[in-house]
Amino acid sequence: MTEALLRVVFAGPHVTLQDGGRPGQMRFGVPASGPMDRKALRIANTALGNPPDATGIEVSPGGLVLDCLSGAVTLAMVGGGFILHIDGRKLGSWSVFTLRAGQRLTVRLGPWGSWACLAVAGHLISETWLGSTATHGLSGLGGGRLVAGRVLRVTGPSQCETAERSIPCPVWTRPRHLLHAVWGPQERFFPPEVRTRLATGTFLVSSAIDRMGLRLDGPSLPPEESLGIPSEPILRGSVQVAGDGRPMILLSDHQTTGGYPKIATLLADDVDGLVQCRPGDPLRFRLITPEEAVQIARQRARAVDQYLSALARPYLPTNSNE
Amino acid sequence: MTPTPASPRFRAVADHAVQVEFAETLSDDAHAAVLALDLALASDPPRGMREAVPAYVSLLVDFDPLETDHRAVESSLRRLIQAGATVNRQPAERVVEVCYDAPLAPDLDAVAQRTGLDREAVIAAHLAGRYHVYMYGFAPGYAYLAGVPPALRLNRKPAPVRGVVAGSVLIAGPQCLVSTLTMPTGWWIIGRSPTPILLDDPARPFLFDVGDRVIFRRITRAAFELARKEGADD
Repeated sequence: MTEALLRVVFAGPHVTLQDGGRPGQMRFGVPASGPMDRKALRIANTALGNPPDATGIEVSPGGLVLDCLSGAVTLAMVGGGFILHIDGRKLGSWSVFTLRAGQRLTVRLGPWGSWACLAVAGHLISETWLGSTATHGLSGLGGGRLVAGRVLRVTGPSQCETAERSIPCPVWTRPRHLLHAVWGPQERFFPPEVRTRLATGTFLVSSAIDRMGLRLDGPSLPPEESLGIPSEPILRGSVQVAGDGRPMILLSDHQTTGGYPKIATLLADDVDGLVQCRPGDPLRFRLITPEEAVQIARQRARAVDQYLSALARPYLPTNSNE
Repeated sequence: MTPTPASPRFRAVADHAVQVEFAETLSDDAHAAVLALDLALASDPPRGMREAVPAYVSLLVDFDPLETDHRAVESSLRRLIQAGATVNRQPAERVVEVCYDAPLAPDLDAVAQRTGLDREAVIAAHLAGRYHVYMYGFAPGYAYLAGVPPALRLNRKPAPVRGVVAGSVLIAGPQCLVSTLTMPTGWWIIGRSPTPILLDDPARPFLFDVGDRVIFRRITRAAFELARKEGADD
């Protein structure tokens, strides 16, 4: 049994362990958590031949520095255009590579994107909570945050490849500035001119972003008197507006219920593209019907499946004898 | 049209959920309808359903859009509601221990002052409440308990207090909750409980189910310390 040890030298805020998440627990106040960009983790794991939801490291805009203390481990980096170095040697931002004992991996924010996933060949040892290693930021439950000094242990066939290779970066993994949304479920609290502002206005990503949500600057969307509404369920992608008229889009670690009205809710897949935007980026909303939303979700899922099956094909070394 | 328990409103949410609304304001009948539908969904989930989230007067069904769509889920929900399921499950009764001693109950005096009761009368009124779990929200294991007696119903504080420790027994308006994380709150802190709510058991992750009855039982400081020590040793 091989084993590799990785020590965290530096980790920005909100750098955590994440797997595919823990859906099914919202009734207990627990959101699914999981990566901010869900497809990034699936792609990174698939590139290594892992199950798509295996535990990996989610890197925030703050970046990450890891030292390999012993052994060797093959890693796959996907999501955003981050800048990667091993001991000062630059790697492609979407790539599969091996980190060996004594080497240092540096990941920092690059020309585009905000969140990346680092998948690990083998098994990254991690605490689980309710059957998942996904870190719930507010409580710290699950695999937990990465902080300087923490040592991660990887067991199993951690080094699976010697050659470095790049992972194709499809256009649908880029930041998404036009977001598909379905009205409601509480748009009745917003007067018609405010709804028009959502449908036609240009908003800006503010700097208030964490794993719970992202606040928007731009047109104000004041609801009518709505403080008396009983708390209702909230989803990842809910566009919630507090009394001050500033919209907030709920993300992976969202609270599960709340009393602020939700003017619209994003297509789940568009949230992956939203989180790759950066503060100051413009955003617009395209309001669509629920039927169109389901249709788009199915088209997108087919494209992702095709890409993942191509990526999952066994890697054939160029000097293969077969 | 205002929704009612007999004629609820259905709302499509994004590409992956349907919300059923039985009322627009708090109502016991609407909440009973939520509980009945939640129970019916547990035994007869529509195809493609991922989870059901009960709230005060509404319930959300999250589904996989690759397997079903809003219309199919809505018709399953209509069928379950029309079948007229009523809650005939005897709600489980959960006991939560609480210590009201001064250092663990920083707001007890303020609550006494605002309600015109003395400390012991506040405690007696809190213990006499008939509580049930209305819904979870805000954070893992935050179970909103309805049933604070009218004499203790206070508006929340004007500004939240930071760093309120996990296990705090909090009241605001008709609601009570036992916190599970250390976080800010504007609710009144009237005691501390050693009773675990996050059970770390995949088969039964949380102490309560929505709809359960809750009874508070007073314990001494010594019993609190002992229970907390035992909890820490697990």
